[in-house]
Amino acid sequence: MSKTPPPAELAKISHQPPETPWMETPVEFRPGTWCYSGKPKALEALGLPNVREWSPPDEDWKLPEGWQKIIYEGFKDRLNKYRSLKIFMDICVRCGACADKCHFFLGTGDPKNMPVLRAELLRSVYRKDFTTAGKILGHFAGARELTVDVLKEWFYYFYQCTECRRCSVFCPYGIDTAEITMMARELLHLVGVNINWILEPASNCSRTGNHLGLQPHTLRDSIDSLCEDIEDVTGVHIEVPLNKKGAEILFITPSADAFADPGIYTFMGYILLFEHIGLDYTMSTYASEGGNFGLFTNQETMKKLNAKMYAEAKRLGVKWILGGECGHMWRVIHQYMDTMNGPADFLEAPVSPITGTKFENAKSTKMVHITEFTADLIQHNKLKLDPRRNDHRTVSFHDSCNPSRAMGLFEEPRYILKNVVNNFHEMPENAIREQTFCCGSGTGLNTDEYMEMRMRGGFPRANAVKYVHEKHGVDLLSCICAIDRATLSTLMQYWIPMVEVAGVHELVGNALVMEGEGERTTDLREEDLADVEGEEDAV
Amino acid sequence: MDLKSLLNQRKVTILGRWFDLIVSSYPSDASRMLKKEDRFANPLGSTISREIETLFDALLSGADAEQVKPSLDRLLRIKAVQDFAPSEAMAFIFSLKEAIRTHLATELREDGIADSLVLFESRIDALALMGFDVYMKCREAIYQLKTDELKRQTHKLLERANRMGGTAQG
Repeated sequence: MSKTPPPAELAKISHQPPETPWMETPVEFRPGTWCYSGKPKALEALGLPNVREWSPPDEDWKLPEGWQKIIYEGFKDRLNKYRSLKIFMDICVRCGACADKCHFFLGTGDPKNMPVLRAELLRSVYRKDFTTAGKILGHFAGARELTVDVLKEWFYYFYQCTECRRCSVFCPYGIDTAEITMMARELLHLVGVNINWILEPASNCSRTGNHLGLQPHTLRDSIDSLCEDIEDVTGVHIEVPLNKKGAEILFITPSADAFADPGIYTFMGYILLFEHIGLDYTMSTYASEGGNFGLFTNQETMKKLNAKMYAEAKRLGVKWILGGECGHMWRVIHQYMDTMNGPADFLEAPVSPITGTKFENAKSTKMVHITEFTADLIQHNKLKLDPRRNDHRTVSFHDSCNPSRAMGLFEEPRYILKNVVNNFHEMPENAIREQTFCCGSGTGLNTDEYMEMRMRGGFPRANAVKYVHEKHGVDLLSCICAIDRATLSTLMQYWIPMVEVAGVHELVGNALVMEGEGERTTDLREEDLADVEGEEDAV
Repeated sequence: MDLKSLLNQRKVTILGRWFDLIVSSYPSDASRMLKKEDRFANPLGSTISREIETLFDALLSGADAEQVKPSLDRLLRIKAVQDFAPSEAMAFIFSLKEAIRTHLATELREDGIADSLVLFESRIDALALMGFDVYMKCREAIYQLKTDELKRQTHKLLERANRMGGTAQG
């Protein structure tokens, strides 16, 4: 038996990580920090190369013959195609403004999560292959060869970026790290390195129109069941039109709203609203997904998934599209749709049929965000609301990354909340609006095998929620993104179990005074309301 | 001077050393970020500095277990999801001993102090034992998160499947 070391020797054990230069520190794939690889079936469905079984902790990733050349050509092609990529590769002066702005860096302390260093993982290879200094001076010019270890590092860290763009807010040159990550993921796809949680939903969506691959009858059934729940709570019977040709408006929301908790309550809010104002709308069982996991895959898949929404709008003959509370759907619409699939000339510039408001901002994409639509209704006094029906809750608002930083949607959701909620408290200034912290699970990283990393990445967000929970008793975190609704619920469960998560339109649904409704004793979750007296006086 | 007064008097330096020892378990590039004072810009470092002070005060005042548990939870909840082996995650509690011994090297040789230190260090050991329970609870919570999330993701579909199953049986 070996001897127990004396205390003096034991005390020499250092918990400090080894100091090796970043280029020489390979990644270690520990459980909870990486996502399962793309399944062959999903790759085949999307026409992606190098279909095979593999797993990130494997030594051999079964890369294709000449994989370095494939990446080199892919990189070259993209540098020519996207001027922004070339600029982002050349322009960084390493000022460090972005360094401590990434939620993954704040939650892990891992320097390769500093946006500057994450981009450097790609830049170092760019220098070696595409700059004279890098070709001649190599390491001295910050350049390095693309090896298997470097590729593994790309996979590890570019799937540790949620493309939330918080760092870009602070970059004096406006370098968009999200687009660097998008390019890195595209390059990895060229050699078959990717994750299943993105590819399977993208493949399902491409085939059936939504992430889970639900067929029309299942969606119908789920929506009908939600209508029954609404009737239980409000006494109002509602039917949701599906695939109705000639409706004025096509409503598209993330499919999770139709079957996942707590998105279903947001969904109830939408349809209560549409019933309340007598909107002529339809939903589609084919364009039944607002989410676009193509954004996290490659440009071709993003374009295809976006196009199906417009193809369906054309088929049904609607005038314009109303979009639900989704995150990255809006990034695709606001930043890429117009040049990718637009302009959607076969649709009309959106006008609210209730207020007559022209949505000038959407005249090219023909797609209006539901918080813009509802805020306009409230502004024109078209809704009968009783905010006291949300008095049993103390609410805060999480600015979802994409609607806030990709489209500047700050005021509309707040204006709605102000009208439907009496107890509202903002989180601190450097944790909201354009400085909002990501949920830590965006860009298709919301999978369970990645839980530890998600909890680290979401820690800065949870930390700010904890503050308003302790200071003001906040017990409900509202947001306008389906991934948020799913992942913030898990994040809260770990860090602050007393806080639940809701979409803004769930709170609208609670407050709406419907024609012919019965006495409301519970909210849409069938939880008891606070004692409300004199409800009939409410307007 | 007795040990308690000594520790009170040197509290700031001891806590500073304890903080540095904890921070040194993270990559050195992170240390500048971890020392920022804004609790929202630096949630990790600010939680560490706030909670170790609470723990230190509790150890000095001989507070009971239930009072220190929330602080231990706030620290270990973070460590439980970071890149630490269980031993590494728990190590920060024991590094308080090193912080005290480094700063009170001379004083500890004085009569009476050494005996009090043995007692004080046994309180740190007790804190560590409690820490194991807290750490394990956090780890177990991770598995619960996965199950609950899966159920939430398919809430309506599960409800439908259960309903259909119920019909078939009955």
